[in-house]
Amino acid sequence: MSQSLSVVTQAKLWYWQRISAMVLALCVIVHLVGIIMAVRGGLSGAEVLARTQGNWLFGAFYAVFVLASTVHVPIGLMRIAEEWLGWRSRSVVIAAWLFAALLAFAGLRAVYAVVMPGGAA
Amino acid sequence: MTTLNVRVWRGNEDGEFVSYEVPRHASQTVLDVVTYIQRNLEPDLGYRFACRVGMCGSCAMTVNGKARWTCRTHVSKVVENDALEIAPLSNMPVIKDLAADMTTFFDKWSAAKGQFKGNQTRHDEFATVEPGSPERQAVDAGIECIGCGVCYASCDVVTWRPDYLGPAALNRAWTLVNDVRDVRGAERLRAVAGDAGCHSCHTQGSCTERCPKQLAPTAGIAGLKRKVAKAAIKGEL
Amino acid sequence: MRKNDLRARNHAAYWAFLVHRLSGLALALFLPAHFWALGHAIQGEASLDGFLKLADNPLFKAGEWGLVILLSLHLVGGVRLLLIEFKPWSGLRKDWVALSLGAGLCTGLAFMLSLFS
Repeated sequence: MSQSLSVVTQAKLWYWQRISAMVLALCVIVHLVGIIMAVRGGLSGAEVLARTQGNWLFGAFYAVFVLASTVHVPIGLMRIAEEWLGWRSRSVVIAAWLFAALLAFAGLRAVYAVVMPGGAA
Repeated sequence: MTTLNVRVWRGNEDGEFVSYEVPRHASQTVLDVVTYIQRNLEPDLGYRFACRVGMCGSCAMTVNGKARWTCRTHVSKVVENDALEIAPLSNMPVIKDLAADMTTFFDKWSAAKGQFKGNQTRHDEFATVEPGSPERQAVDAGIECIGCGVCYASCDVVTWRPDYLGPAALNRAWTLVNDVRDVRGAERLRAVAGDAGCHSCHTQGSCTERCPKQLAPTAGIAGLKRKVAKAAIKGEL
Repeated sequence: MRKNDLRARNHAAYWAFLVHRLSGLALALFLPAHFWALGHAIQGEASLDGFLKLADNPLFKAGEWGLVILLSLHLVGGVRLLLIEFKPWSGLRKDWVALSLGAGLCTGLAFMLSLFS
């Protein structure tokens, strides 16, 4: 990364990773509480979807969660790649962008999948 | 009299540990041990020391895996099963035996703009620096660094990123960033920003753990992260 | 040049770093799979249910348990870093290292209790 991104961009990436971390801290607490409650008595498709379908507040919350992850995760992975794999060329930045795109697409698709009003296929 | 089994690094990077038997005394420092070996057992052992009283930082070496000032390290504190392992500082090229090449360490100090620059002359009034101000307290907390290299040798990010400026250079930059008389401002922030600078610190804390003067480079680097990010966002970087 | 080994790394703040990085890596690799699993619901309730039935085995549950623990460790360890980076200096905050272990423990226990209730 150091060779291909400007120092200003690097500073901003640090900043955005910390801001997204603050958002994620709140999201994760809510998510963990939700998981622990939901897992009681087993998980079934019907149970999950009964809670989520048509629930736009749920959808908004998890959309924010996904988008914050899209910022936070690739930056972190890039650090690991640079330091532990020695991957410092321009291609590591491209790989991070691709991973971000993957998370955004798959994540928002998953939110849509569970929130979209029931019955449809 | 008991003896110590001391393994000492001999050679340069392609060296090896060589064992020596050293008489053990009460109140013996690791520097005493190294000196004994050079004087009595291995005349061409290369090592550095100067003040031998914990003021200059010249005698820093890796003792049983941790960077320390050997003159200030009692054998009794670090010995394990009557054995010691002494090597040169990590993260620096090895010149010979226990002497490491500190050129890059000091080059990075310079690259971080670790020099004071003012704009007053002898004809101006004295600068007023409020000792109790948060800025001066931040400076005071880090100003005692004598450039011994222990923190730099202890940092894994220095190992993983060859261009990382390292804790000592960044700590010094922090003291200057907070010096109200210094005029280097944005130039220094630019020098310490990014992946070669403060933003690569992962708060491993080895520098703060090992600093023989109990300084906390982690603190200064965290401060630099904030200052630099703010400047970057405001477009002042 | 010589590198450091475990002896130089054996202190609380370093372990905190390692746990934070490794848990982050594991979670990062898990996320796409998680999104893919939930995405089954696009094909309807039966599709999602099919996946959940598949996941209803001890190995999977153990994996889920591990993941929620890693998530808690990463969360509280992350809050520790935010405090160090944004608040006035107060040492390496080793109390928060202990807190993160406690949070991991609590989450692990709570999840286990929920699983078996």
